Amino acid sequence: MEHQISSAFWVLSFVILTSAILLVSLKNVFHCALFMVLCLFSVAGIFILLDAEFLAAAQVLIYVGAVSILMIFAIMLTNNLTNRVIKQTNENGLVSLFVCLSFAVGAIMLISKTHSWNYRANELGHDNSLILGKYLMTEFMLPFEVISVLLLAAMIGAIALARKERS
Amino acid sequence: MSEYLSILIFILIGTGIVLFTFLLSRLIRPHNPYHAKNLNYECAEEPVGNSWFQFNNRFYIFALIFVIFDVEVIFLFPWAVAFGQLGLFALVEMVIFILILFFGIFYAWKKGALKWV
Repeated sequence: MEHQISSAFWVLSFVILTSAILLVSLKNVFHCALFMVLCLFSVAGIFILLDAEFLAAAQVLIYVGAVSILMIFAIMLTNNLTNRVIKQTNENGLVSLFVCLSFAVGAIMLISKTHSWNYRANELGHDNSLILGKYLMTEFMLPFEVISVLLLAAMIGAIALARKERS
Repeated sequence: MSEYLSILIFILIGTGIVLFTFLLSRLIRPHNPYHAKNLNYECAEEPVGNSWFQFNNRFYIFALIFVIFDVEVIFLFPWAVAFGQLGLFALVEMVIFILILFFGIFYAWKKGALKWV
């Protein structure tokens, strides 16, 4: 089981990194959006490996479902973007490579120096959607209903803005 | 974790079928393109322009409303998982939650945002 999980992790990381690089380097914006979907979906796979069930569902529903739809809509609604070849890079390639590399090296050094990891990630989250559901319905009942009001405000705001633009 | 194995198999078979059909049709079809074949499909009409055209702006408001309800579904998910241990009170809470959001769709309807003019 442990072996399968780690090999799944490597496959998922490979897919995430490849699609992320394609996302920022492809010439057609629409293809970039499609690779963004693949990238976000594979991140949901990583969440499942960590037993973060609720996070994986949120990732698939919100990011793969909603955000990418919004992105693709925005691309299709913008006339001059859809099929045009756009240069995605500028002249600062070397500088950005240096910044990214130094950040990566710093992060890896910091992580490997830290020895006091108290929990393994997949020890924490068993049945987390069940626990979350229970707490939302009992202890955090009021915040839960306030979320609904917040969403209502967001929806009314979106409609008001969209209507104002039209007239 | 092992219940996700079936999802993995599902994804693999799904992608496999698509790739297999594309490969098979590439192998057995004749390759003979000419102008009329490369046109965008349009029934009995000479197509005008590219198929990549600007879509109507009005689609965006539907996408925005969809996003709001997508976020709502996220909260339905833990509720549905825990529902077996919670009972009637949780049902009432969820009905209130959905009713508040229903005002939003009612507002959109009243304001005519859903109308296609």
